[in-house]
Amino acid sequence: MSNITSQNLTELIKNIKNKKISSEEATKSFIERAEKSRALNCYITENFESAIKKAKEFDNKPNFNRKLPGIPIAVKDLFCTNGVRTTAGSKILNNFVPTYESTVTQNIWNEGGILLGKLNCDEFAMGSSNETSFFGNVQSPIDVNLVPGGSSGGSASAVASNLTPITIGTDTGGSIRQPASFTGTVGLKPTYGSCSRYGIVAFASSLDQAGPMGKNVKDCALLQEIISSYDSKDSTSINFKRNNYSELLTNNIKGKKIGIPKEYRVENMPKEIEDLWIKGIDFVKECGAKIIDISLPHTNYALPTYYIVAPAEASSNLARYDGVKYGFRSKGINLIDMYEKTRSEGFGNEVKRRIMIGTYVLSSGYYDAYYLKAQKVRKLIKNDFDEAYKKVDAILTPSTPSSAFKIGEKTSDPVSMYLNDIFTVPANLAGLPGISIPAGLDKKGYPLGLQIISKAFDEQNLLNIAYAMEEKINFKNTIKEWWFN
Amino acid sequence: MSTDTGQYLITRDNNIYEVVIGLEVHAQVLSNSKLFSSSATKFGAEANTQVSLVDAAFPGMLPVINKYCIKQAVKTGIGLKAKINKRSIFDRKNYFYADLPQGYQISQYKHPIIGEGKVVLDMPYGQREIGIERLHLEQDAGKSIHDIDPENTLVDLNRSGVALMEIVSKPDLRSLDEVNAYIKKLRSIMRYLDTCDGNMQEGSLRADVNVSVKKKDSKNLGTRCEIKNVNSIKFMQLAISYEANRQVDLIEQGKKIDQETRLFDTKKNETRSMRSKEDAHDYRYFPDPDLLPLELKDDFIEKIKSEIPELPDEKKKRFIDKFNLSPYEANILVSDKETSEYFEKVVKNSDVKLATNWITGELFALLNEKDLGITQSPINAENLSKLINLIKNGTISGKIAKTVFELMAAGDKDPKKIVEEKNLKQQSDPKELEKIILEIISKNQDKVDQYKLGKEKLFGFFVGQVMKISGGKANPKLVNDILKEKLKK
Repeated sequence: MSNITSQNLTELIKNIKNKKISSEEATKSFIERAEKSRALNCYITENFESAIKKAKEFDNKPNFNRKLPGIPIAVKDLFCTNGVRTTAGSKILNNFVPTYESTVTQNIWNEGGILLGKLNCDEFAMGSSNETSFFGNVQSPIDVNLVPGGSSGGSASAVASNLTPITIGTDTGGSIRQPASFTGTVGLKPTYGSCSRYGIVAFASSLDQAGPMGKNVKDCALLQEIISSYDSKDSTSINFKRNNYSELLTNNIKGKKIGIPKEYRVENMPKEIEDLWIKGIDFVKECGAKIIDISLPHTNYALPTYYIVAPAEASSNLARYDGVKYGFRSKGINLIDMYEKTRSEGFGNEVKRRIMIGTYVLSSGYYDAYYLKAQKVRKLIKNDFDEAYKKVDAILTPSTPSSAFKIGEKTSDPVSMYLNDIFTVPANLAGLPGISIPAGLDKKGYPLGLQIISKAFDEQNLLNIAYAMEEKINFKNTIKEWWFN
Repeated sequence: MSTDTGQYLITRDNNIYEVVIGLEVHAQVLSNSKLFSSSATKFGAEANTQVSLVDAAFPGMLPVINKYCIKQAVKTGIGLKAKINKRSIFDRKNYFYADLPQGYQISQYKHPIIGEGKVVLDMPYGQREIGIERLHLEQDAGKSIHDIDPENTLVDLNRSGVALMEIVSKPDLRSLDEVNAYIKKLRSIMRYLDTCDGNMQEGSLRADVNVSVKKKDSKNLGTRCEIKNVNSIKFMQLAISYEANRQVDLIEQGKKIDQETRLFDTKKNETRSMRSKEDAHDYRYFPDPDLLPLELKDDFIEKIKSEIPELPDEKKKRFIDKFNLSPYEANILVSDKETSEYFEKVVKNSDVKLATNWITGELFALLNEKDLGITQSPINAENLSKLINLIKNGTISGKIAKTVFELMAAGDKDPKKIVEEKNLKQQSDPKELEKIILEIISKNQDKVDQYKLGKEKLFGFFVGQVMKISGGKANPKLVNDILKEKLKK
């Protein structure tokens, strides 16, 4: 049997069900590896003792009918976990321990999953490199001093470096797909309304969606069917028929029509990305699907639209972190002074930048020109997709305009950082599901991802296409464990 | 100064100014749970015992609309004869305050649930129709308490998230009496509908008052000032008086009125500036992305319509038509739902005229004196109607009835028993009465002579004597008849 931690989720479940591995063994293996991998800075909060206890409990009274029987899982620190510190990567929640559980994580525990710990992320999920976390940046297992992407950078690094068999992230503008692409892993952002937002620290409510990040498509399909549920505690949760995605997964995508949007051929796109895309198109054809050229005319406006809508909502969502009720509080001579000191000291620069942008675009006199206009453009972007889906079943694009960059390379240039999201934000603005699958390496040996976007609620089709392509691509991540001394 | 057309006019030298008033009433929705959470809304609970994670704005908590509150707002809208908007939107009103846990209040800004409607006031000079601009739903904030701890402000979040209806009138009110009538009418309608208990002491009904003045006969409205959060009709009237006179003084001095928000100081009875338009908050309203637009289905609205009880205006009309009451009487009886119900119970089995008089007279006086509501009345409707029947059928006189009424109020509930036990039955035997009267006549021959010579006032003296001897039980009508007869001879 191969090393426990290098097994994918499907294998690990099979081995636990066959009693080849106990939950305790598996849990301890991941913990042991995590302890040797602290240089990656994946964890904000380790929950190891409790995890071992739970694993033993599982082994004493195993229930193999559950979908994640005694499987240890680490999650992004944006999900509120009952009794386990939840920080959102921010100083302002440094000492915050929820008394409640997010619906998504509860769904995982209900199926037998065991919480290993809370994974690092950009502060309040604002960032594309996991450099804005109060708890320090996350290292990519791919290469030393490389960013893992963000905001679910801890999650991506943890999966890629075998610290957890699978994980969940959140994706507001690409925060699952971009780090998945940077680390050679699979990341799915579901349809808006598929996974409950209850108990997830909010960044931008109309865009946020939780989703699985794993080593392969099948693992992600399984976790997706577990975390996706209709939840009356989230008014934007949608009651639609959810599949057992992993059971219905098929690589037969013959006759499916895949759209190639010409607007995604952006200026200065590296040749490697262009080549990867062409390679992807060839794979799709090999799978028996048809390629159709399409147009998404408002694609150019997606990024600016996103950087109005998301900060606007964030500026309001983050108003509750005021030092009054919970979290970090600084001393002030009066209420206003306390607010100012708490929020100045409690938030990092990127969060402050976005709060300021958001406050600005909602201000009277600017609201119409920015926020209202952005909402109108958002509608146009959604219409583009609606039009396209009259002709195609899914759309294929690169996940990111480049491979992973170096730590510190873009921190002083927020706009170039924001440009990283250029291919991922349209799906968030339109509420559509998107997946990033690893599709190759660039000349430096860094992974590159391809993104598939499908119709709303059509996760099954999306996963099937990804599954078929995955088989053809046969990607192998080359991780040399540079962080082991 | 109030005129016979109801305008509140202020005169300075040769200028006459008219006062224009609009009200934004905040009415707490009668509901067991809050607008977006399931926490209780009971008044007077221990601080911070009715607070959910949503009300305290914990990370990741989301609002879920309370359908009952929506129903209550629609009901109220129907009561205000207003347009029900099938699509409305909840917005966030952003500002920082210690008792506002989310850092924003969820309210409705551009698309309220209820549009234009009206409230009809019965004024001595006729009916006045006051326009309703809109009604929207919003969350209440918590309460900051500054006077418990010497150094810190304490916060009680029990009220945080409680549903409020903000009912905005058009600037149609023209006098303090109209303000009084308007608030009472709104309160009455909502109490009929069971959508707000209207309890001003507990803060279930508060108002922001908009006041402006203009030269009489001028068509243009003056610059208005908004007086925040006034919580009694008396304070509203005092605040308006002060504010209107302040504005007139400014104009007379040739100064400009700044559009501003003002506070009413209940100790000094004056308003003072809170903030000017320039430094007004920029609330950065935008649609709450945690909530979808609220879409009301026709059958939802129709069902509510079918459940609307008879409202004060309709009931008043019915009382006038059915019971032949004067508009004044009908008004008094319908203004309070419980009073109207009490009245209807009484007249079910007894005379309308007597019932009206006894309820608006003796009963109201009694309740007033004891500071009780009609539902707590020591005399229930059944017993009052018994008492009225005893009067009507001549068993007791109106005067004796008052004694019986007092005994009833003191605890002896059944008037029939009281009359029997205390032997208060009216003396209606003409022979008995004649005996008494003849005796009085014979004893007071001098007065009889004077009466016959034209001193008719003395008639009352003879009646009084009969009553005295009969212990007040003599049937007054018979006494009158017999006395007249005997004194003629």
